Amino acid sequence: MEFETVIGLEIHAQMKTRSKIFCGCSTEFGAPPNTHVCPVCLGMPGVLPVLNRQVVENAIKLALATELTINRENRFARKNYFYPDLPKGYQISQFELPIAEHGRVEIEVDGARRWIGITRAHMEEDAGKLIHAEHEPESYVDLNRAGTPLLEIVSEPDLRSPDEAVAYLKKIHAIVRYLDISDGNMQEGSFRCDANISLRPMGRQEFGIRTELKNMNSFKNVQLALEYEVRRQRDVLLDGGEVVQETLLWNPDKNRTEPMRGKEEAHDYRYFPDPDLPPVFIDEEWIERMRASLPELPDPRRQRFMTAFDLPAYDAGILTASRELADYFETACATYDQPKKLSNWIGTELLREYGPERIGECPVRPESLARLLIMIEEGAISGKIAKTVFAAMLESGTEPDVIVKEKGLVQMSDEGALQALVQEIVAVNPAQAQQFRDGKTKVLGFFVGQLMQKTKGQANPQIANKLFRQALAAGPE
Amino acid sequence: MEFFSLTLAQAKKQLELGNITSVQLTESILSRIAAVEPRVKAFITLDRDGALAQAEAADRQRRAGVAGELCGLPLAVKDVLCTSTMRTTCGSKILENFVPPYDATVIKKLKDAGAIIVGKLAMDEFAMGSTCENCAYNVPENPWKPGYVAGGSSGGSAVAMAADESLASLGSDTGGSIRQPASLCGVVGMKPTYGRVSRYGLVAFASSLDQVGPLTKDVRDCALMMNVISGHDQRDATSVDTPVPDYTAALQDGLKGVRIGVPPEYFSQGLDPEVEQVVRTGIEMLREAGAEIKEVSLPHTEYCVAVYYLIAPAEASSNLARYDGVRYGYRAGDADSLVEMYSKTRSRGFGDEVKRRVLIGTYALSAGYYDAYYKKASRVRTLIRDDFKTVFDQCDLVVSPVTPTPAWMIGEKADDPLALYLSDILTISANLAGIPGLSVPAGFSGSGLPIGMQMQAAHFNEEVLLRAAWNLELRAGIKDRKPELG
Repeated sequence: MEFETVIGLEIHAQMKTRSKIFCGCSTEFGAPPNTHVCPVCLGMPGVLPVLNRQVVENAIKLALATELTINRENRFARKNYFYPDLPKGYQISQFELPIAEHGRVEIEVDGARRWIGITRAHMEEDAGKLIHAEHEPESYVDLNRAGTPLLEIVSEPDLRSPDEAVAYLKKIHAIVRYLDISDGNMQEGSFRCDANISLRPMGRQEFGIRTELKNMNSFKNVQLALEYEVRRQRDVLLDGGEVVQETLLWNPDKNRTEPMRGKEEAHDYRYFPDPDLPPVFIDEEWIERMRASLPELPDPRRQRFMTAFDLPAYDAGILTASRELADYFETACATYDQPKKLSNWIGTELLREYGPERIGECPVRPESLARLLIMIEEGAISGKIAKTVFAAMLESGTEPDVIVKEKGLVQMSDEGALQALVQEIVAVNPAQAQQFRDGKTKVLGFFVGQLMQKTKGQANPQIANKLFRQALAAGPE
Repeated sequence: MEFFSLTLAQAKKQLELGNITSVQLTESILSRIAAVEPRVKAFITLDRDGALAQAEAADRQRRAGVAGELCGLPLAVKDVLCTSTMRTTCGSKILENFVPPYDATVIKKLKDAGAIIVGKLAMDEFAMGSTCENCAYNVPENPWKPGYVAGGSSGGSAVAMAADESLASLGSDTGGSIRQPASLCGVVGMKPTYGRVSRYGLVAFASSLDQVGPLTKDVRDCALMMNVISGHDQRDATSVDTPVPDYTAALQDGLKGVRIGVPPEYFSQGLDPEVEQVVRTGIEMLREAGAEIKEVSLPHTEYCVAVYYLIAPAEASSNLARYDGVRYGYRAGDADSLVEMYSKTRSRGFGDEVKRRVLIGTYALSAGYYDAYYKKASRVRTLIRDDFKTVFDQCDLVVSPVTPTPAWMIGEKADDPLALYLSDILTISANLAGIPGLSVPAGFSGSGLPIGMQMQAAHFNEEVLLRAAWNLELRAGIKDRKPELG
């Protein structure tokens, strides 16, 4: 039997704000436990939340970027449950009137493009963190994270494969990064996702029984966990069994999903409007101000790269994978107007060392990379030497001219200096010289290679070619 | 005359004239407390040393010419307001040793004005109750009659006024918790408009209904206290940014041009004849002062109790979730699991009335019941609000009794929560509508128990309440009558 996979994702993106959503504490990651806390985020008796408007602005930006309809009246609601990392015994979230609903983004998998629906996006506060020390009966609570702002983005169950799910996740990730509303760091947990996944026989309308997957803290783990769960559910169904509706955790060490330990209680969160927070009204003027502040988004930028720089779709897609990389490319283009050559270099040499998200850490400035390619074009260095120079640039961040000069890597283009070496090589390789004269011109490569060895790669290849052709045509002396 | 029996305004005057010092005044108050506390039991926590130290500092400030509005005046506050220098128990075992890491905004305002906080006053646990019998520490007694309830939940605050244990006090009012004990103890109590006074640092019972307000010996003191505690607070998103008038300017003799509405719904069955008599006589005094008296209708009054006892417990069930033994307060140390720790902590830490309301509220918010209870109650609440909107097009204030009866004996209704809930009927609509309400002494029952008159006005029209109350106070002629406390 053929099955169709149905996946929906719930993404939690931590909003990039200086302070928490309902108090003035810092949102900085990695501080010593319980140092970014105050009576408000500790849930002390008598405290009250005051909304950080930056969070609303971030949410409006996301809504505009994903075609979500913004609700003019926003309400915060309390989601009630007990857990030691939840100081108030409830999480301030949104329920009946979330910030935005009914949006979509376009994804591409294997060249096929498809629109994926977004059900809603809502603002909420994060909980703290529990630290379970080994061999100790106690657990510890760190409330630094309690009250950091989150945007929860819920997709429609429109995704039909793990590949599509990852493509959607990457698309949302790129959008929040472009908008600069989240740093999107999956390791630090500032960009997390849970998945609902079910299978149904091909052609059937009703959804099958779903499981919820958690603990997938990288794109790779999302892919692996969903693929595993597709296989697992298919095996269950093919055996005539029934999928159990449950929450599963991805275990990256064992490469499998496992039921969440401990009994999972059916929660009744008893949502109700938070009486401490008046409704937030979002008017046209506010929305337009946010719209005016939007940067160019990944899809339009990709289109522009294809037309303005005459790049293939593949190159444009790679170069716009992150805002930083696209900016890098455009800056380099301003110095060296050969987009395709730049794209090739970036696609191979640069991205091998720094992924699209890590371009900011790269010590080689885009202008320096452009300068390096200009040096190749001008014949100052060969393409091969350029790779050596680039490696040194990555190492030290030094300008290419300086490296070439310091290491004496300037290309030998002086025909006089090379002529003697060419004559000598031809002389000591009479058999190959004869082959050339017999019409096997491919052997020219052997001679050039010999010269490169003797010059440590510095000989200008064009000139080397010319000199060898002349010398070999001339015949043995 | 002893210093402790002065009103706030009188004591302020004496300090300003240099006739007395804050230390003398504070010592007088402390000795009064020592003398009468065994009989009235108003305080949960008393800070004698802190009070005297503050008094000395206040005297120094006054000599240096930097005296604030309430400089050197000893006050006391309900134990529901967070104080960084004194434990804040909320009348509950679960917060027995809890010292907040911050001062409530109203406490900060009092301190900034130079006031001395001598102690924290008894209350029903988490402000849930109308007799103070739900206090985990001491049950205050009515200064006018031993063995009688002081009212609640701000019972300690009312008792401290009637017994001259401080010059003014603060309470909180969620469904009548300032006005009802003020009425039963014969003092003035004002619940301001929702949003007039910051709730930051007021330990929440029902967030959409709670409001801090003064309990004082007379109407002028109430206006003085309102001047200090009112105003917008950036830490309270529900506080309103409206200018604060000088409330003492509202205390004018005569009520010419003031239209007073009398709703028959507030004079219905179950109203004690003596209470009705006192209130009707009071209305006549207001007419003599120049007010125009007319009948008005508040048709949804009968639903107030039902609406209130769904919304308030629903909010409370959520507000009280933070008392889980994890971060502060009481924790059951003998639990083997997290769930058991929660369960034992809350079972032992909370009293019966708190548990009852947490259960009611949890139920009202549960899936499948939310629409029928919480949501429907919220809709009816809008109707109650609209009632008042209509009425305040026809009149400036509405007068009525505060409670259906004068004070009763401690223990008399303790086992009948429903009877107690029903006795809140006359005060809870002001909280549901968010309007200001005030209780001012109007007379006494035959057995010598005080009876107050309630006045309610439109949002942010506290001034008309103070003006009307001031006129009644002038004409009722009972201001100097004091309970005999030996």
